[in-house]
Amino acid sequence: MPNKTEYGGNHKLIGKDYSTMDLHAKVTGQAKYAEDYRAEGMLFAKLLLSPMPHGRVRRIDTSAALAMPGVKGILTVDDLPAPADSLTDNGTVIHANKLGERGLTNEPLYQGEPILAVAAVDELTAAEAIEKIELDMEPLPFVIDPLETLRPGGPNPRVEGNIWYRPPAPPPKPGEAPKGGEGREGREGRGRGAPAPLEVKDWKWTEADFKDFNDGKLPIGKIPEDPGNSWSYGDVDAAFKNAALTLDESFTTPDTSHHCLETRTAMAYWQNGKVYVHTGTQSTIQTVPAIARWLNLKPEQVVLVSEYTGGGFGSKITGAISLIIPALLSKKCNAPVMMRVSREEETFIGRARPSILGRMKVGFSKEGKIIALDMFMLCNTGPYDAAGDAPSSGRIVSLLYQPENMRFRALTVMTNTPPRSAQSSPGGLQGIVVMEPILAKAARQLKVDQVEIRKVNAPEGKAKFGPEQRGRRAYATSAFLKDALDKGAEQFNWKERAASSPKRMGTKVRGVGVSSSCYVGGSTGFDGLLLIKPDGRVCFQSGIGNLGTESVIDVHRVAAEILGVPWEKCDVCWGTNDKHLPWTCVSGGSQTTHAMTRAAHAVATEAVQRLKEVAAKSMGGSPENYEVANERVFRKGGGGGMTLAQAAEKAIKLGGIYDGHDANPDVNRFTKAAAAALAGQGFIASARDKYPHDGQTHSYVATFAEVEVDLETGKYYLTDFLAYADVGTVLHPKALGGQVLGRSTLGIGHAIGQKWVMDPNYGAMLSRRFHHSKPPTILDVPAKMEWAALDIPDPETPVGSRGIGEPPVGGGCAAILNAIANAVGDEVFRRAPVYADGILLALENGHPMDHALTAHV
Amino acid sequence: MEVMFDMPDESNIKEVLKGVSRRKFIQGVIAGGAGVSAATYLFRASTATSAASAGERLITINVNGRDRRVDVMKQETLAMTLRYKLGLTGTKIGCDRAECGACTVLIDGVPRYSCSTLTHTVRNAKVLTIEGLAKEDGTLHPVQQGIIEEQGFQCAFCMSGFVMASVGFLQTNPNPTRAELAHGISGNLCRCQDYDKILTALLRGAEIMRGEATHA
Ligand code: FES
Ligand code: FES
Repeated sequence: MPNKTEYGGNHKLIGKDYSTMDLHAKVTGQAKYAEDYRAEGMLFAKLLLSPMPHGRVRRIDTSAALAMPGVKGILTVDDLPAPADSLTDNGTVIHANKLGERGLTNEPLYQGEPILAVAAVDELTAAEAIEKIELDMEPLPFVIDPLETLRPGGPNPRVEGNIWYRPPAPPPKPGEAPKGGEGREGREGRGRGAPAPLEVKDWKWTEADFKDFNDGKLPIGKIPEDPGNSWSYGDVDAAFKNAALTLDESFTTPDTSHHCLETRTAMAYWQNGKVYVHTGTQSTIQTVPAIARWLNLKPEQVVLVSEYTGGGFGSKITGAISLIIPALLSKKCNAPVMMRVSREEETFIGRARPSILGRMKVGFSKEGKIIALDMFMLCNTGPYDAAGDAPSSGRIVSLLYQPENMRFRALTVMTNTPPRSAQSSPGGLQGIVVMEPILAKAARQLKVDQVEIRKVNAPEGKAKFGPEQRGRRAYATSAFLKDALDKGAEQFNWKERAASSPKRMGTKVRGVGVSSSCYVGGSTGFDGLLLIKPDGRVCFQSGIGNLGTESVIDVHRVAAEILGVPWEKCDVCWGTNDKHLPWTCVSGGSQTTHAMTRAAHAVATEAVQRLKEVAAKSMGGSPENYEVANERVFRKGGGGGMTLAQAAEKAIKLGGIYDGHDANPDVNRFTKAAAAALAGQGFIASARDKYPHDGQTHSYVATFAEVEVDLETGKYYLTDFLAYADVGTVLHPKALGGQVLGRSTLGIGHAIGQKWVMDPNYGAMLSRRFHHSKPPTILDVPAKMEWAALDIPDPETPVGSRGIGEPPVGGGCAAILNAIANAVGDEVFRRAPVYADGILLALENGHPMDHALTAHV
Repeated sequence: MEVMFDMPDESNIKEVLKGVSRRKFIQGVIAGGAGVSAATYLFRASTATSAASAGERLITINVNGRDRRVDVMKQETLAMTLRYKLGLTGTKIGCDRAECGACTVLIDGVPRYSCSTLTHTVRNAKVLTIEGLAKEDGTLHPVQQGIIEEQGFQCAFCMSGFVMASVGFLQTNPNPTRAELAHGISGNLCRCQDYDKILTALLRGAEIMRGEATHA
C-alpha cells in the first residue's frame, strides 16, 4: 500500500504532493548533467594516477607524450595556484592549509591520487599519451590501518606525521568576541575568530596502551587536547558503580564510497576573463566562492552551471576540487576541456565515509536507562582533511540516547587510503551503529522490550546534549522520537512480532529489529530572493543545488503560499549563478529544508510588506490598510486594489528597494549582487532569515526491520522495513518519503554489503567498482517499504519544517543489524557489513569470527 | 583484467577485431594508466587529428525511428556513439562496465546496456533511447507519465536506464506484481536508492499503459 497519510492540514501548498517542474526534462532525457554539455573545440582530459600509496615523484618525462599529434597540454601540480589565505566578510583571515589536498601532487598520499593530467583532442589520444609518460618515483613508507600508525614505531602516512593538530587558539583579547564554534550561520565567518593553521603531528601510543588489543577490544591511548574530541558531563566513573548491567563492546563500521551514479565529471572553458564550469554540486551558489578559492579568482570571475546533479551524499557539497584540473588545462590549452571521471577513478578521488572503530562501555539501570557511557571513537580519515565524523558521533549519541553521565573521546588519524568526506549522517551513522547492538543486547539481558528501552533513553522536547560550553549545555529545538517509536511500533505490529521472534521455519529464521536514529536537521541565517514580473508570474531565485531531493523547488512553496499565488503561476530559477541566485546554505547536513523554508518565509513576508507599500504609494493610504491575497494587493474591507502584475509595473517605476536597485541591507553580498543584476525587471524582494533560533535543530527516525536468515547458507533477506520520521512540518510528502527510504537504504548498504577491501602489503585498493562494494539493489530491499511522518511542527522555526537527508541513515543500518542479532544471537558479528560467511562461521564456532579491529578486510 | 562484453555472435567479434590486435582492442576499451587503470571506454573524436587512428567507417544505424549515418570506430560502444556522435545525451554512463544499467536502451525492443554493446553490432537493429520514447507531439510514454505523477526518482541519473528497462519489460509482462517488476529491472542500479517510489511510479506507468488509470 502506498503511504496514504494525509499531510498539510489547512495549508494550501505546504504538505501537499505535486510534481516538481524539473521532472519533465528528466523523464525525456533533456536534463543536462555535466557530461552532457559540448563546447566548440572541446578537448578531453585523462589523469595519471599514482601507482603507489605513498611516494615522491623524482622525475617526470613528458616529451614523448607531448610530441604526439593531438596532445594539447599537460598539467602538473606546478601549474596549480599556491594555496592562498582567504578573507571572510568580517575581515577574518582563514589560513590556507598548505598541507591540504590540491588536486594534483608530486607526493601522492594514496594509491590512485592524481599526479598529472593530459588534454588531447580525444580520450584515446590522452590515454595513449599517459602511457608514454615516464614517471620515476621514490616509494615512501605507508600505512592503511589506523591502529598500525599509532603503534610505537608505526609507519606514518605523511612525512610530517599521522594526525592533524590545531594549536589551541590564543585567548581572545579583551573586548573581542570568543573564537571558535562551528558556525553554520549564513554570513561567512560571522562570530568566528581566526583559528591557528593546522599542523600535522606524529602521534604514537605506548605498548601498554595496546594491551586490550589481543582481547579484541579497541585500545584507548592518549589523545590530543581538543574540546571537540574530548569532553564529559556528570560523574561517569561513579555512575558505573550503580549500574545493574555494564557492557563493554568494540565495533567497526565500514568505509563506504559515496559512488554517486554521476561521477565528478567536469567541463570548463574561459571567456572574457571568466571561467565557466559545468559540474555536479550539492550547492549551486556556495560552489562559486569555492571554485574561486581553488583557482585563486574573484567569485565574479566564476560561472558555475549545475542544473542537474547525479547524486552527492556529502561528496559534492561544494562540487569537487578535481574540477580545477579541466579548468586549468582549459586555460593552458586555450580550449574547452571535458574531464570524464570513470567509475574506478571515482573510487580513488570520489570520497568515502570514514570507517570508525568504536568502543563503548555502557552502564544500564535495571529499567534499561543508560546511566553511564564511556565512548571512544577512532576514525580513519585518509591522508587529507580530517572528516568531522568522530566529534559528531559523540554529540549525536549524547542526544539520541541521553546518557545521564558521559565521557567522550575521539581520535582521527590519517592513513594512505583515499580521502574521506562527510557522507549522509557523518558520524551519526557510526555512533548509532556502534551503540544500537549494545542497546539491543542490554534489552535482551535486562528483559526489557526493545522499543521500551529506546523510549526510556529517547530525547524529549528541548533535550540537552553534549558537554557544558560557555556555562550551558546545548539543547535540541524539539524531539518527538517517543511518539515516532510508539506510532511506528503500532504500524509495524511490533509487540506481536517481537513476541514471536526469532521465528524458526525450517532452515530459516526470522528476526525483528528496531533502531533509534537522528541527525542535525537545519541551519539558519540565509537569504531569499524573488521577482514578480509584469506578466504576474512569480520567480523564486534558488541557490540550492538540484541533486534530486527537490528542496531546490519545494522550499519556495512556502513563499508562494504566503504570497497567495497559485503554484501554476510560479517559476523557480536555479542551476547557475549566471541567473543571479541568492546566498543559500550548502545542501549538506540536512540543512536545506529548515534553512531555506525560513529564508522563503522571510522573503515572502518582506514581499508582502513591500507590495503593500507599492499599493499605498499608488493608491493612497498607509501600507497597513492593504493586504495581499489571490494575486492581488488590495484595500482591507473592500475598495481599490491592483494585481501583482500591476504592482510589478509600479515597482519598476518606483525603483529603489522595490525593483532590486536597492537590496534589503541585511542580505549577503552575493544576494545583493543578484538583486542588482535582476534590477528593473519587476518587483524584487530580498530578505535574510533573522528568525530567532536558540536550540540546535535535529530530526529523528524510529526504524523497524525484519530479516530472514537461512541457517544453512548464512544468506539473509530483508523482508520488511518501516521508517517513522519526526521531521517537523511535512513540506512535500513524496519527496520526503524518497529521502526517508532512500537514505535508509543508504544506511542499509552499510549493514549488508558495502566496504573497502585493501591489500595491506601494497596499500592497494581491491574494491574499485560497484560489484566489489555493492550498494543495495532493488532486490536487496523489500518490494514494498513503508514510511510515515509525525508532522508535528518544530517550535523554533516559522514553518516548522526540519531537514531529513541524514537522520534515517543510521537507523537503516542499525535496524538490520539488530534484526540479524534477534534472529541468530548477539555473538555473531563485531563489524558491519555482515556477510553470509561471517554468520555461518560464528554459528559454527559459537562466537564472532570476524576481525573487529583490522582495517579494510 | 577481466572484461566482460556484450557480443552477440562470434562472427561479429571477428569482424570487429579485424585489423586491430586483441591487445589494441582491449586497450581501446580500457583506459591505460600507470599502475592503476582508469578503466573506462574512451571517446575518440571523428577527426584525423588522432594520434593512432583505429580506422573508422561510415555505417547506418536506426535510432528512434530514423536512419542515422555515423562514423564509428570498430571498438566504439553504442553509448559513446549515441552520446558523442548523435547528441543523444539522455542515455547516461554510470559505470561503463555493465554494472549499473544507466546506459540501458532498447535494441529491437530488448533492454541492453549500450556501454557494453558495440555500435557495429546494431547495424541491422532498431535502437530506441529515452529521447525517442515520447510521441512526436510531445505526449509522454505512460512510463514517463507515471514517473511525473508519482514524483519518481531523485537525482534521475539512473532514470533513463530504468525507464528503458521498464518499457522493455512491460512489453513482455504488461501487468506485473511489484516483485515481478523489481526482478524485471534489477539490472539497474539507483544510488539514490529510493527504490520504493521508483517501483510505485513505474507500476503507475504500467497501469496507464494498460489504460486502467485516468491521468491525474
Ligand atoms: S554504464 Fe552501462 S551498465 Fe553502467
Ligand atoms: S535517482 Fe539518483 S541514481 Fe537513481
